[in-house]
Amino acid sequence: MNMPLPPDQRDDLSAPGRLGNWVAGRIEAFAHTARHPLFWVGAREMSGISVGLTAWSFMTGVAMVKSGMTLTEAVLMSLLVFAGSAQLAVIPLLAAGAPLWVILAAAFCVNLRFVVFSLHLREYFMFLPRAKRLWLGYFTGDVTYVLYTRRFPKPAETERQRRAQMAYLWGGNCCNWVFWQTFSMLGIFLGAALPERWGLEFTGTLALLAVTCSLAATRLRAFSALVSAAAAVVLFSLPYRLNIVAAIAVAVALCLFIEPKLQPPSGGRGGPRCVKPMAGRCW
Amino acid sequence: MRETDGWTLLVIVGMTAISVITRSFFFISEREWRLPDWAQRGLQYAPIAALAAVIAPDLVLTDGVIGNLLKDARVWSGLAAAAFYFWRRHWSFALVGAIAVGMAVFLPLRILLNW
Repeated sequence: MNMPLPPDQRDDLSAPGRLGNWVAGRIEAFAHTARHPLFWVGAREMSGISVGLTAWSFMTGVAMVKSGMTLTEAVLMSLLVFAGSAQLAVIPLLAAGAPLWVILAAAFCVNLRFVVFSLHLREYFMFLPRAKRLWLGYFTGDVTYVLYTRRFPKPAETERQRRAQMAYLWGGNCCNWVFWQTFSMLGIFLGAALPERWGLEFTGTLALLAVTCSLAATRLRAFSALVSAAAAVVLFSLPYRLNIVAAIAVAVALCLFIEPKLQPPSGGRGGPRCVKPMAGRCW
Repeated sequence: MRETDGWTLLVIVGMTAISVITRSFFFISEREWRLPDWAQRGLQYAPIAALAAVIAPDLVLTDGVIGNLLKDARVWSGLAAAAFYFWRRHWSFALVGAIAVGMAVFLPLRILLNW
């Protein structure tokens, strides 16, 4: 669409004028990125995977609204939190009235995989000012991270490469966001119309179960899951859903305790830690 | 349906902050820094532990106690989903397939047999 550009008002110092200038600047910067051919390459490569993830986002929407959240809460959570497994994980905690810190601790633990990714992305993003780094980090999910670091095994060195890399990453991120939010909204509004008796909120539990299985890439991780599951059930009578926090602590502590005993004595650091299939590198 | 309450909105704001912090964790600060060794190793085991801790009570507990697991739609559905996932784990639709299989087991048991 060709819209007539408003006259340049850089010397207008009123608050709305500056806000308008700022918004226009952001839109121009985005259009600049979107005109880069790699933006559309990133979007196209992401779209294939996004189609597979639609069922996932749809179910997250259904599970949120079926757990007793209002439409407003579910829509806001989807738009703001934008982290499927963390959303699914806090649904039962919210419904049980767990305290805020327990809910946030659970969300943080589920999101810890992003912490691993951020260590890798640091060298790619450090040239940006902090606000832009955080903005970009927030929109970079699991799949776009994997595609991006697969396509660019090394951080950009020149301005031209940086532009290309950012265009590719934003292409994937935009595609991911649009697909995710669209199907999440569909799930929220269609889910609200489906009968209570079907127990459709159970899709959320199943979705988390599937992610848990996919994370069980090593025997110790599977052990961590089993210990944690058993502890969470045994300690269920603890108040404030503290069983979740306690179970995580017990499982992680046990794994850290056992891990050195399982490593071959000569292998040192590289052993069972090097198996994360998603992370682009070993650490 | 109940009213939107401020507490849930607070949870949503807090979780948004968690999303930003975890995704940007190592590039929030300009300074180069590392986690202590035990924490770095713990990153391997904490996410799966958190997910397992959340779902296990939802799969086996009824009102806080373990009920009759053999007549529980959730247990059979969970077993079916996990079995499907490990059978087809290299398939690109393994995750979605596992959820579909789980629901295909869950819905008839829940709706027809009331398990």
